[in-house]
Amino acid sequence: MTRKIPVVEHILSANDQIADQNLETLKAAGVFAINIMASPGAGKTSTILKTFELLEDKIKMGVIEGDLASSIDADKAQAAGIPVVQINTGGGCHLDAVMLKDAFPNLPLVSLDLLIVENVGNLVCPANFKIGTHKNVLIASIPEGDDKPYKYPGMYRGVDALIINKIDLMPYVDFDIEYFLKGVEILNPGLQSFSVSCKTGEGFEAWINWLVEQVKGHDR
Amino acid sequence: MVHLHELFVSQNLLKLALDHAEKASAVRISAIDLLIGELSSVIDDSVAFHWDIISKDTIAEGAELRFNRVPAKVFCQDCAEENILKNGQMLCPVCGGNNIFPTGGTEFLLQSIEVETAD
Repeated sequence: MTRKIPVVEHILSANDQIADQNLETLKAAGVFAINIMASPGAGKTSTILKTFELLEDKIKMGVIEGDLASSIDADKAQAAGIPVVQINTGGGCHLDAVMLKDAFPNLPLVSLDLLIVENVGNLVCPANFKIGTHKNVLIASIPEGDDKPYKYPGMYRGVDALIINKIDLMPYVDFDIEYFLKGVEILNPGLQSFSVSCKTGEGFEAWINWLVEQVKGHDR
Repeated sequence: MVHLHELFVSQNLLKLALDHAEKASAVRISAIDLLIGELSSVIDDSVAFHWDIISKDTIAEGAELRFNRVPAKVFCQDCAEENILKNGQMLCPVCGGNNIFPTGGTEFLLQSIEVETAD
């Protein structure tokens, strides 16, 4: 006998359920977690290293690095003294909730206040997959161009904060900041944004303040 | 070239379909109805391609994948009406404002499965 069975469930519900479990794990350990996404080379790792340097142990920070291959980013974090786990997806273009869940046992979660997850460099896929962090942060960099909000609306809509990096390069690159910010405002009205330079350190104070506020104000 | 993004989607879809088929004591899944909004970035052909491979040797093998697309719709608070967003549009198609929120097109659902049971 043939029957039609209604399901009406989100296709990624299995992934999303694990993402929710990850949030529970983080809550039990008293950790606030952010998911950092950006194109390759926008400055995810640099921002993480600069953040660690400026937090100065005020907040205990750990990192999960996501890349297709290599431990280049995790090596840098380790050299700086940050507790870190490297996930290699072996070809996968984004991190998912299962990968995060499997990485947790390798971090001293209970002794951390903040976990930064560096997602795979990609402006498309990570926006679609929950991994079980509290906030999504996008890093856009000046050399990438001012039209990226218009071209990647899914990503820009789905983030809670925006870091605009490499502002030290503004004199050397065509970048219409008004056009860029207009795109951001259309997609994500009122989005918190921070203009920084990892190289010079400019603008980092506001980012650090926001981060500390998020960690302290978060219900853990 | 393998599109691993769609493989991930297919794997999740297979598990979901098999779970529901098992609950219904099905011996075979003959068709799967998906509801995918235009604002979801999923490519039909790639999902179908991986589906054939990963559903092999399961009761979902050979199941017909039916993609039902939902247009992107937004409600404009200024116009107080709902309109369809055409590809690439980001503002209200009527007034051009951005006091809008999506009311359709973000679906990413397994709607139903058609199964054969032993009885």
